[in-house]
Amino acid sequence: MIAELGHFALLLAGALAAAGSLLGLIGAGRGHAGMMAATGRAAYAQFACVAVAFAALTHAYVTSDFSLANVVANSHSAKPLLYKITGVWGNHEGSMLLWVLVLSFFGILIARFGGNLAPRFQARVLAVQALIGALFFAFIIFTSNPFLRVIDPPLDGEDLNPLLQDPGLAFHPPLLYLGYVGLSVTFAFAVAALIEGRVDAVWGRWVRPWTLVSWIALTMGIALGSWWAYYELGWGGWWFWDPVENASLMPWLAATALLHSAIVVERRETLKSWTVLLALVAFSLSLLGTFLVRSGVLTSVHAFANDPARGVFILAILCATIGGSLVLFAWRAPVLKGSNPFQMVSRESALLINNVLLTTGAATVFLGTLYPLAIDLLTGEKISVGPPFFERVFVPVMALLLVVVPFGPRLYWKRAEWERAVRDLWPAALIAILVALSVAAFVSRAPVLALLGVALGAWAIAGAAADLAARIELRTADWRRVMARARILPRSAWGGALAHGGLGVLVLGAVTMSVWQIEDAATLKPGETTEIAGFAVTLREVAPVQGPNYSAVRATIEASREGTVVATLHPERRTYPVTGMATTEAAIWTSGIGDLYAVIGEPNEEGGYIVRVFDNPLAPFLWAGALIMALGGLLSLSDRRFRIAVPGLRRAAPPAAAPAE
Amino acid sequence: MTRKQRRFALIAGALAVLAGAVALILVALNDNIVFFFSPSDVAARGVSEGQRIRLGGLVAPGSVVRGAATDVTFAVTDGVENVTVHYEGILPDLFREGQGVVVLGAFDHGRLFQADEVLAKHDETYMPPEVADALKRSGHWQGETAQP
Repeated sequence: MIAELGHFALLLAGALAAAGSLLGLIGAGRGHAGMMAATGRAAYAQFACVAVAFAALTHAYVTSDFSLANVVANSHSAKPLLYKITGVWGNHEGSMLLWVLVLSFFGILIARFGGNLAPRFQARVLAVQALIGALFFAFIIFTSNPFLRVIDPPLDGEDLNPLLQDPGLAFHPPLLYLGYVGLSVTFAFAVAALIEGRVDAVWGRWVRPWTLVSWIALTMGIALGSWWAYYELGWGGWWFWDPVENASLMPWLAATALLHSAIVVERRETLKSWTVLLALVAFSLSLLGTFLVRSGVLTSVHAFANDPARGVFILAILCATIGGSLVLFAWRAPVLKGSNPFQMVSRESALLINNVLLTTGAATVFLGTLYPLAIDLLTGEKISVGPPFFERVFVPVMALLLVVVPFGPRLYWKRAEWERAVRDLWPAALIAILVALSVAAFVSRAPVLALLGVALGAWAIAGAAADLAARIELRTADWRRVMARARILPRSAWGGALAHGGLGVLVLGAVTMSVWQIEDAATLKPGETTEIAGFAVTLREVAPVQGPNYSAVRATIEASREGTVVATLHPERRTYPVTGMATTEAAIWTSGIGDLYAVIGEPNEEGGYIVRVFDNPLAPFLWAGALIMALGGLLSLSDRRFRIAVPGLRRAAPPAAAPAE
Repeated sequence: MTRKQRRFALIAGALAVLAGAVALILVALNDNIVFFFSPSDVAARGVSEGQRIRLGGLVAPGSVVRGAATDVTFAVTDGVENVTVHYEGILPDLFREGQGVVVLGAFDHGRLFQADEVLAKHDETYMPPEVADALKRSGHWQGETAQP
């Protein structure tokens, strides 16, 4: 009964989305106030319906209602409650329902907080949002309905893929979707702006917080996914250039570019059509990511065996959205004229370089990810593009970007002086060089490129600190003035510096992990010892343990240095009887600046176990860096500039754009 | 600089970055494309020594020999041809005789396939799509669920 209620609510939500998009577009076109107001109410109603549908599906999972095909395929009565709940989005149908739930949630945020937008503009944004919703509701209802019943309900379910039964992966999809779908808002803003033919500082100010929200969510979502791959797959690595990872990296790169170009629109009313295009591209890449993951066209850990009808449907949505928006752009972009000139050396130029490099980076990932697909379609030849491709193409582009990062915030708008930026930044450059030199002196195996990477990471961190120091006049003013300056410094300045510093931390971790990771595999019988990275690693015992829905062998491994035990690790190999799958649970001991990482393999005939141990220097920096970046984003988001209502916005069509600052 | 010159410089700069990226991509793609071969493809087309390929098929039943430490040799088959593979390291969780597998590596001068990566999916009913295609071509496809 509750499932039928959910099913009905889902259909109703789809109808409301279709109605909302028509009401908004026609109402805004005719200037009909009633129709425009109804668009907002449709958004609320749509959200309420999806929430009911989602709650109904969650109820079915929690109560293990095996009369639903979706629950049978992805749940089991013995599964822990947490994974019964997260199992709702651990499968194709449920995750699409989560997708529209997040989309509708953003819809009500626009309806609720968009009160100081011009009503016509707000109605158009809501209409575009509802239109995307309608397409996805159709997709769910026709190809991936989670509420289908089974005629003959089985006694128990087939269980969720054990790899997904993990706290890290439980929250990875919701965060990633928050990011993907958040970009639909900037997409809707861009389309509405194209329809109206007007982009100004106010538009930039509106787009930035939405981009920030999705950027923060994407950053956290990707980091969580990478962390999961690190400890759950047991391969010792953190990024594998898997198509699905790339699918989330591309929108992140585009969102990062958009974040920066929206500043230029907001402050200087220039780069307008570029920013609009970027907003369209960023959401298109999100859709592409959804398509790649959901259609199963690419071989990957996430690719569920799939029904080709779904792939074709998503492809159709993709073509309609991307094609439609690009045609609209080609038609209307010339209207968005009127940019303000700037000199070669200026903040605008620095942000433009940032954008060129980020989009180039996204394009290289795009090519590497889709090239095998194109070759398969054209020639039938099966090829794959491995990590070396991305390391050789993407990494140099990002290295170039890192060189520029600290300069951007130190350049004035419109016309800047090199000398000033150099005066502010030379201590940071000195620190970066010293860090690289000391690494060269103290680490025995230090290739030049690795030193360059370390220097770039240190440069980003020290550069962010130098930027803050210059803003609060740390090197010139007395402490009273410094304190006063620090107090009035806007949060977005702190946030920006924090995010740039976090990037540096991440880079340090990535470079160190890729160059100085040490791996050793040995066959050990209980009591035997092997040496790695200055640790004596001893296999103490291997014992069977029983989990709620799995059985496992659990090893006790001691790592000692100079005779004293530093860490005791418990790697496991789990077997899930329902799905007949085995998973590896890596054991990780972290010292804060490095991880000792152990995996246990299968026993051989003589009773020895393969033990694989990694020394992962600076691995925690990867997650710390991502976290710092996200915190920087949050701080920037809390800037009061985004909270205060902009006066004069309630007019339907302001004659000229309001000055930004 | 005039406005026109500035715009020209900007566009030229952007094009230079783009050209650099395209050059990098072409060079890197040339070196890093890895082709997929089934054992029959290897027999029919030949693979030169040292060329990195992805080899896919089923782990031939009864072929797995574990040597000292983490050494292992096994044969990959598509029902028609066999290729002997040598690997050093931990095999994936679901590496079983009769299961689909994809190995990454190259032939050494003794025509032994030296694998540096062995991929088997974490799912018992899952078959890598390339392997499924290869088995269909060799006429040994048994469907997703009924595997040999």
